[in-house]
Amino acid sequence: MKYIMLIYQNEPQWNAISETERQQIYLEYRKLRDELQNSGKFVAGSQLQPIGTATSVRVRDGKELVTDGPFAETHEHLGGFFLVEARDLDEAMKIAAKIPSARMGTIEVRPLAEGAPAVAR
Amino acid sequence: MLLREYATLAGMSNPSETLERVFREEYGRIIATLIRIAGSFDLAEESLQEAFASAVSRWEEEGVPRNPGAWLTTVAHRKLIDSLRREKTKIDKQTELEHEARRVESLQEPPSFDDSTEYPDDRLRLIFTCCHPSLSSEVQVALTLRTLGGLTTTEIAHAFLVPEPTLAQRLVRAKSKIRLAQIPYEVPSLDILGERLKSVQAVIYLIFNEGYSPTVGNSLVRRDLCAEAIRLSRVLCELLRDEPENFGLLALMLLQGSRRDARINKDGELVTLEEQDRSLWNRAEIEEGLRLVERALQTGRVGSYQIQAAIAAVHAEAPSVAETDWRQIVALYRELMLINSSPVVALNHAAAVAMYEGLESGLRLIEEAAGDLDQYYLYHASRADLLRRLNRLSDAAAAYTRALSLTTNTVEQQYIRKRLSEVGL
Repeated sequence: MKYIMLIYQNEPQWNAISETERQQIYLEYRKLRDELQNSGKFVAGSQLQPIGTATSVRVRDGKELVTDGPFAETHEHLGGFFLVEARDLDEAMKIAAKIPSARMGTIEVRPLAEGAPAVAR
Repeated sequence: MLLREYATLAGMSNPSETLERVFREEYGRIIATLIRIAGSFDLAEESLQEAFASAVSRWEEEGVPRNPGAWLTTVAHRKLIDSLRREKTKIDKQTELEHEARRVESLQEPPSFDDSTEYPDDRLRLIFTCCHPSLSSEVQVALTLRTLGGLTTTEIAHAFLVPEPTLAQRLVRAKSKIRLAQIPYEVPSLDILGERLKSVQAVIYLIFNEGYSPTVGNSLVRRDLCAEAIRLSRVLCELLRDEPENFGLLALMLLQGSRRDARINKDGELVTLEEQDRSLWNRAEIEEGLRLVERALQTGRVGSYQIQAAIAAVHAEAPSVAETDWRQIVALYRELMLINSSPVVALNHAAAVAMYEGLESGLRLIEEAAGDLDQYYLYHASRADLLRRLNRLSDAAAAYTRALSLTTNTVEQQYIRKRLSEVGL
């Protein structure tokens, strides 16, 4: 089963932390990534550029509407993601809890529809 | 849902009585095994319902089998395999659904389930899946009652005063999350077992409290909930014998439940512990509760349910309020506060101190706990009770009035109104 871990974080809070702390967190991220790669659980993952770089695109009545910024104004924004291979939700939850940003923000764990039991029973 | 109707249709003859009993007692056990085999809650439920339907006609004609539970399991298992095969035929035509096909291929011919076949682990798996932390607590409760308890959607909706379609939808969503997010159907590994067990215990206690807290109407159904929580708790004790908190929880519910007939008077009004007629307390439940709490405490691994049970035990052993060992109760609440710093515990501690050291000390403690508790019914009600006993009647009236504005429970409202009239308002 593949699960995506959407990493939501408060951007001002992230920006406010000291450089040493930030480096420490990046180090933790690299460690987690190595661990996942070594155990064959890593599929993809990356930090995202700040929300200031976001562009939202909608097509309505055949017309393209482009706006500056993320799709919703919330306190916490999508700041990165991991795509992992896990046996079940328990294993996925364990991985999510190891993501450093889980301590400040929220990790939303969602199974991918691909490869899931597809019969609607 | 089906069984009650079948039983009524078939009259009160022996087979239907047996069926009703088997349904209540064995539903959780049978469904747990079927879910493991089917890998699906819905398929398991369907086949068990079909098995119950054939039991209605077959038992009427051929008599009740020697082991009705095993009979039902075997028949349901055959029906399950049939429907999985039908599904497989469908799937063969759509080869992209390999996942399902693999699952079906791995199935063997159904073994026959006789007396010797016991799968205690299945019920444990089921308990932990139903109470998985990724499900909301209302969903955990509904799913536990539906699958382990064998209660119908109608019964659960009625007990929790939720519209039936809402509850049905909640169950559908839960089952679909279990399937799609792959919530495991297994006993959690040791490193998380302790945490997971706490959420199972919390669900059971929530079910009990829903039945125990007095709300007008539906009182029979709600008593059912208390009985159901106690039954589930017995299952948990049976399956995980080395967990003293399981026994603490069972003891607590037995001891609290033993007071239910004394707790509400003929007019449906709440009667406080000090005014209760203690001869109405259920002695058998008290005896069992006392034995269990003692046994749990002997393990030396104290937990919150055990301490609460010990407090209930001190009350249960006292012939009257005056003869209660308040010193012991205060000490137990102190210990409880170290584990559980909830406002209810702090208020109960203060109330016990009021009984042991004096009303003034109790009142001081309650007022120290204020702050966060200002929106809390119980805070104002407890404070008002102490003020009333201290004869500070106008202060008491003000506190009762505030409490009244904070509760929606009609029995509690009635109780406060009665007190208000006593203090002269």
